Amino acid sequence: MPKVTVDGQEIEVPNGATVLQACELAGKEIPRFCYHERLSIAGNCRMCLVEVKPGPPKPQASCALPATEGQEIRTDSEMVKKAREGVMEFLLINHPLDCPICDQGGECDLQDQAMAYGRGASRYHENKRAVTEKYMGPLIKTWMTRCIHCTRCVRFSEEIAGVDEIGALYRGEDMQITTYLEHAAKHELSANVIDLCPVGALTSRPYAFEARPWELSKTWGIDVSDAMGTNIRIDARMREVLRVLPRNNDDVNEEWISDKARWQVDGLTRRRLDKVWIRRGGKLEAASWDEAFAVIAGANAGSSVAAIAGDLLDCETMFAAKKLLGALGSTLIESRQTGMDYPVDNLAAVNFNSTFAGIEEADAILIVGSHIRWEAPLVNVRLRKAIKRGAKVFVVGPHWETTYPAEFLGDDAAVLGDLPSHVADAMSQAERPAIIVGGAGLAAGALDTALSLAGKWNLVRDGWNGFNVLHMAAARMGALMLGFAQKGGLRDLADAKPKVLLSLGADEVNYQQFAGSLKVYIGHHGDKGAHAADVILPASAYTEKAGTYVNTEGRVQMSDKAVFAPGDAREDWTILRALADVFGVSVGFDSFDELRAAMIAEVPALGQEGLASYGALPQPGTGTPKGKIAYPIKDFYLTNPIARASLVMQRCSAELLHGDADFAEAAE
Amino acid sequence: MAVRAPHPDTPELRERWGSFTWTDENAAKAKEIVKRYPEGRQRSAVMPLLDLAQRQVGAETNTQGWLPIPVIEFVADYLGMPAIRVLEVASFYTMYNLAPVGRFHVQVCGTTPCMLRGSDDILEACYKRGMKKGHTTEDGLWTLTEVECMGNCATAPMVQINDGNYEDLTPERLDRVLDELAAGRQPKEGTQEPGRHTSEPVGGPTTLKEMVGENHDYRGEW
Repeated sequence: MPKVTVDGQEIEVPNGATVLQACELAGKEIPRFCYHERLSIAGNCRMCLVEVKPGPPKPQASCALPATEGQEIRTDSEMVKKAREGVMEFLLINHPLDCPICDQGGECDLQDQAMAYGRGASRYHENKRAVTEKYMGPLIKTWMTRCIHCTRCVRFSEEIAGVDEIGALYRGEDMQITTYLEHAAKHELSANVIDLCPVGALTSRPYAFEARPWELSKTWGIDVSDAMGTNIRIDARMREVLRVLPRNNDDVNEEWISDKARWQVDGLTRRRLDKVWIRRGGKLEAASWDEAFAVIAGANAGSSVAAIAGDLLDCETMFAAKKLLGALGSTLIESRQTGMDYPVDNLAAVNFNSTFAGIEEADAILIVGSHIRWEAPLVNVRLRKAIKRGAKVFVVGPHWETTYPAEFLGDDAAVLGDLPSHVADAMSQAERPAIIVGGAGLAAGALDTALSLAGKWNLVRDGWNGFNVLHMAAARMGALMLGFAQKGGLRDLADAKPKVLLSLGADEVNYQQFAGSLKVYIGHHGDKGAHAADVILPASAYTEKAGTYVNTEGRVQMSDKAVFAPGDAREDWTILRALADVFGVSVGFDSFDELRAAMIAEVPALGQEGLASYGALPQPGTGTPKGKIAYPIKDFYLTNPIARASLVMQRCSAELLHGDADFAEAAE
Repeated sequence: MAVRAPHPDTPELRERWGSFTWTDENAAKAKEIVKRYPEGRQRSAVMPLLDLAQRQVGAETNTQGWLPIPVIEFVADYLGMPAIRVLEVASFYTMYNLAPVGRFHVQVCGTTPCMLRGSDDILEACYKRGMKKGHTTEDGLWTLTEVECMGNCATAPMVQINDGNYEDLTPERLDRVLDELAAGRQPKEGTQEPGRHTSEPVGGPTTLKEMVGENHDYRGEW
């Protein structure tokens, strides 16, 4: 623990800290462009120069200088001020003065730091360098003349994403950042380079020229495009969500976000259900709320009502539905839309127990039926870190392109019962072994075998729990905590032949099983559920309501309302509350606060942000895995109704996954 | 510095070079080169391998050789590294040709010492023979490039043609060198100044004179 002096203030810094980190610990601001906490140190922008004694009598780049005992660091001397002004003047030599037409304006590191540390005027009268635009795909807009060669984007794609595709070609003044042969950046985290870029060289293509940052109202939310519970900031202007940015949360998403979470939001204004619809003579017709309620009341359902929860729901909506059905005397509630029926009496068995931060520590990982890159791109980032520390990875399931060395053991789930000896040895001898069972693994009935392997390999040990299930639906863990599950899964609901089926944004259900029911769809997008519905009650998407979400590691997080739902759409819970009046029952809440209080009273864990505790793993059952594993996600960019409605996601899917080149040409 | 860009990646280029692989002789050389580096550091061999590939392309096309995109990808595959990392290296060093060149790649140094010693006249002589910077002559014989310092300042001006340096040039001397090359003969490399051996002072040594004939111990004279 070396002691250093920063501007006369003595502080102790951790071993291995850099001078820049020491200055930050002392509360000093060090300007920087290339240095980033989560990337390797490059030391090529020279903006972080400070004066260090002992050392050569010249300013030194603090980001790449280790802090050592007895250093005397000055960040406020005349030398440092001059050095910063000099570096800034050089950076601005070739940087265009186009802030008024630059999308980074207002949130630009270069702009801010030029104001704070620059000398105010340029003495440069020569020609400026110009660089041609580079095509980087449907999400990243480039303006390479603005590039200051910090190489953050290069380091991100190599170190974090693990897909080496951005590089710096040529040398010196001719240096240019580009993707290989200007191919589109093809991975699920590509748009993070937009946030990383300290200038306006890489900006957002869908958000180009949309708004200035100071026009936007910023709301803290939780993403629902996968079960990660990514912390997001929803930027909206008036009633429209213009973009989504990641929020820092080291436990969940660090500071990354998947491309889908970031850019599915343009789907929030398309294919929306903004009025009430009733199916008459096979055709949907616009109607009023009263007419719709009359149709529902006319079914005389009594207690023959069932509810299916979709993948994007908040806990409050599901709890309201559960209360409503409870008041009617029905327990027919289910959230696993595709008909899965794994046991849920002990949630520890279907939870990501290692936690996302914890899985980085694993040293042997067996993935059972999960295409992690598509099902949870940010877990894949964590796995890469584990592999860099020396972990071995084995995958049971069809081959997918991993971003690290992994051994595929075949796509037949039965291989779990008869693992090759080197796999079994690696797992049983590992210090922190982990199993990750994905949705395809659950569908192939691998849960019981995985649990018994967990017992055999002693996955739960002191300070380590290596048993993980990786879900794909943002609503899944919350639904299971609220008891939104039947023993036989969706089949139980179909067998009960309910007179009224409430579909809460359930778009992945095969509605043919409910042919005899009056199907009431309460949701926000005209997707599969709405196509099958008899009555459509327009509701709110995740940006349009406050709510509680539980991610796949059992982390309870709360999201705020950013904008109002369009047209006649209402917040989901108010619709369910109104239905209680239609059915003539009492559900015991009249406001959102009462609803949330009632929910927390019933499931106290939902009232506390953070990891919920599910206790010990259960004894394994007797199920045996069989059959080929088939990953449920066929198209990463189109997994939910919002993404399917999004033009940006459609374009990503067509161009990046299906190689449709028309989009690339049309964009030029 | 000359403007460089990889030769366009067209279907014709893929057809011509897509099946590029080492000749038997070069395969052995490549193996030997990779072996020079410690286990896990095989990527360090990227520069010698690019050079080897460029020479093989040169042998196949009877030119100095260049690096088509499929060949760059071949080297990337050979070393198990991403193609962009190899392209970064190939585009950084001007000795890797990113576009086709002629039989002889005439690289005229135009940095200050050479310029002061008359590199402008050397370039003029090249232009007179129909060469144009960054282009290959129609007969496919010459490609002209102006380059930065080649480290022959003591014998300026100089040109580098393929693997040989030709120094102490005048337009006439350069013409003689180029004529010889065009005729398929190998002119003398190094300085073209009569009586000069390498880069020693013109007109004989000015220091350490006693060392010319035999080894001389100066220590007693300090």
